[in-house]
Amino acid sequence: MTDAPLAGEVPSLRVRDVHYTYPDGQVALRGVNLTIARGERVALLGPNGAGKTTLVLHLNGILHSGGQGHGNHSGQTGSVEVAGLAVDPSNRRTLAEIRRRVGIVFQDPDDQLFMPTVAEDVAFGPANLGLRGAELAQRVDEALAAVGMSEHRDRAPHHLSFGQRRRVAVATVLAMRPEILVLDEPSSNLDPASRRELAEILLSLPVTMLMVTHDLPYALQLCPRSVILDNGVIVADGDTRSLLADAELLARHRLELPYGFSVGVG
Amino acid sequence: MAAGHAHVLYLDHDSPVHRAAPHVKIASMVLFTIVVVLTPREELWAFAGYTVLIAVVMGLARVLPGWLLSRSLIEVPFVIFAVVLPFIGTGETVRVLGLDLSVEGLYGAWNILAKGTLGVWASLLLAATTTPRDLLLGLDRLRCPQVITQIATFMLRYLVVILEEARRMRVARLSRGYDQRFLWQVKAFGVGIGSLFLRSYERGERVYLAMISRGYTGRLPAVDAAPAGARQWGAAALLPLAATAIAVATVLT
Repeated sequence: MTDAPLAGEVPSLRVRDVHYTYPDGQVALRGVNLTIARGERVALLGPNGAGKTTLVLHLNGILHSGGQGHGNHSGQTGSVEVAGLAVDPSNRRTLAEIRRRVGIVFQDPDDQLFMPTVAEDVAFGPANLGLRGAELAQRVDEALAAVGMSEHRDRAPHHLSFGQRRRVAVATVLAMRPEILVLDEPSSNLDPASRRELAEILLSLPVTMLMVTHDLPYALQLCPRSVILDNGVIVADGDTRSLLADAELLARHRLELPYGFSVGVG
Repeated sequence: MAAGHAHVLYLDHDSPVHRAAPHVKIASMVLFTIVVVLTPREELWAFAGYTVLIAVVMGLARVLPGWLLSRSLIEVPFVIFAVVLPFIGTGETVRVLGLDLSVEGLYGAWNILAKGTLGVWASLLLAATTTPRDLLLGLDRLRCPQVITQIATFMLRYLVVILEEARRMRVARLSRGYDQRFLWQVKAFGVGIGSLFLRSYERGERVYLAMISRGYTGRLPAVDAAPAGARQWGAAALLPLAATAIAVATVLT
């Protein structure tokens, strides 16, 4: 059901048959397959409880399905590869590289921004990669400039507006120069202007993107391709516009366009 | 949305003391306090001398006496204990205003009061001239264990977030007819505290996930900082050195 990547090119992300059951017995993923080619922007849609966040936490090995012997009990199989590198939680060195390649922007920026100033927070990731001095400073400058937050570098996160905090959260991940940027509900709690500003920033970034969202117009604006995850499996994968035009498909998976919206095909 | 006060004790203006490197100031303050604590309690003049030193630093830092005195109220609980000592002390007594007071107890009270007050003043001056962030950087540079500075760094960041959460919960309680004057409604407050704890605990887990997603391995990256020059160390050493000189001089005479 996944789009074939361009011949000869390693996809940014390849998820194969990932199953996951939480320790309490709750089944979250029942065989997810997803391939994202380099430079693609894909929306991951689905109702609450569909397993979206669980899938996201598999991408950088925080939750793991299978691997070689590590936490591999029944109900957890499958593999995740990021630009050709397999996610293997038992291998610390590749795991560090995986976490550089997969940049996750969490939903609540207060969870992501924990350092006393914006610049220190943006420096946290690249410093963990071993960068120091001028090279580190350059990464921070570059990432803050990409989200238009350079002038706020020395402020404390709690002195920023919510929209500004979300942009800084994106910068903290960009500073690690990820292979794929994963955004969890990027438009939630944003006022319309902040929402538009973030969209403009995201569209300007030359990076592969997987965006988890309920915000269907946002998916349409930002992502040419969408997949729908429901009940632990990918149930639809295709052009965002045609998926959103299929009212019956959306209704079947508890997805709805906002009141007054409709999407025409073509 | 209330942004919250960034600094409770920090006075945001410029002065030579504000400009000094934080680790230098911390070292100076701690050494000064140690000298004060080591001074025999009978050397009353030494404590007068220390007060003059504090006043000099206060002048340099452009801190007003009223600011310092009102914030010294934090030591009141300790002072109350000190006031009791002359009445419960044993041994030799003196008669003051018709009351038999223990000499030993009086010295004990004076000891707590004088040393405590000087210590509080020194710490307040440090806090008035150094932002909380710089204090942590200073401690880090003085090789304070990272566990302590990390916890304090998180506290600095999340105290505001948790207070804001507590405020929202309080507003939501009040909006549904809660009245804190009614004792039987105290349960709602208790439950609120409990759920605040749970929320903070869960946030802690989410923060940790976000941290390991960015390659956290147990150490916060060190912040590059310019070392303080010999001149700064020299200037900061003047405070404990002067205090030591006063202590030695009063003990010898």
